[in-house]
Amino acid sequence: MIPFLATFFLTFLAYLFIAASSGEILALWSKCEVFTGIIVALIASALASRVLFQKKDYRLLNPVRWALFLYYLIAVFLPALVTANLDVAYRVITGKINPGIVKISPQLESDAAITLLANSITLTPGTLSVDIDGNNNDLYIHWINVTNLNPSVEDICGTFCAWARRIAE
Amino acid sequence: MIIILTIIIFVFLLIGIFFNGLGSVGLLKFPDVYTRMHATTKCTTFGSIFTSMSVIIFAFYFWKASGDSKFLVMALHTTVALICLLITNPTGAHAIARAAHRSGVMPKPAVIDELEEADLK
Repeated sequence: MIPFLATFFLTFLAYLFIAASSGEILALWSKCEVFTGIIVALIASALASRVLFQKKDYRLLNPVRWALFLYYLIAVFLPALVTANLDVAYRVITGKINPGIVKISPQLESDAAITLLANSITLTPGTLSVDIDGNNNDLYIHWINVTNLNPSVEDICGTFCAWARRIAE
Repeated sequence: MIIILTIIIFVFLLIGIFFNGLGSVGLLKFPDVYTRMHATTKCTTFGSIFTSMSVIIFAFYFWKASGDSKFLVMALHTTVALICLLITNPTGAHAIARAAHRSGVMPKPAVIDELEEADLK
C-alpha cells in the first residue's frame, strides 16, 4: 500500500508541475487538468508501484531527508561543481594530467546512498566513477590527477560520503 | 530593471557557452576515453545549468510582465529539463565508462588501474 500511495503522489505532483499554465485552481491549473492528472497518476502507480521501493526501504520518504538533500545540493555540491569546472578548464587548457583508476570503500549499504555518492563523484573535481563491486559496494574511480596510490575516501570525495550516509542511509 | 536582467541573462549565456565549448575542446584534446568523459560530463552539465538558468529568468520575467501563461510553461519545462539533465548526465557517463572498461578499452596513460586487477566480470 505504501509503494502505491508514494508512487501516486510523486506522479501526480510531477504531472501538476508539467501541466501548470492557467485556470481556476490557484490560477495555475484548470479542474479538468487536475482530474486528468489524478487518472494518469492512478494508471501509472498501478503499473509501476512495484518498481519504486523494490527493497521495502522507506527511509527516503522522510521529509527531513529531503531538506537535508536540498541543503547538500546548494551548500556542499554546488561549490564543488564550480571548482570541478575550473579544474577541468585548467586541465583542458594546460594539458597537465596524471590519470589512473583507484578503489575506495565508502562502506555504504543502501542503493540510494551509493547512487547519490557515485553521481556526486562524477560531477566534482577530477573524479569519475567507472565501476562498482556489487558485493561490498566498493567504487572504482577514474582520477585525473593521481597524487596518492592508496587514497582514503576523504581524498576522493571529501565530505560527500558522510552526507550520502546522512541523507539516504 | 529590464537592463539589469538583460545583462544577467547575457552573462549566464556567455558562461554557459564558454563551458560547453570547453567541453568540446577537451573532447578533442584529451588522450583516452576516460579523460574525455571528464571534460564532456562536467563542462556540459555546468554550461547547460547556466544556459537553462538564463531561459528560466527570461521566462519568469516575461510571465510577471505580460501575465501570459505560455512563459510560465516555458520556465517550468526548462526546469524539468534541467533536473533530468542533472540526473542523467553523470549516470550516462558512468555507463559509458563502465562499458568501455568491460569491453577492454584500458586508460592509456595511467599510473594505476586497480579495476583491471580486480576483475569484476
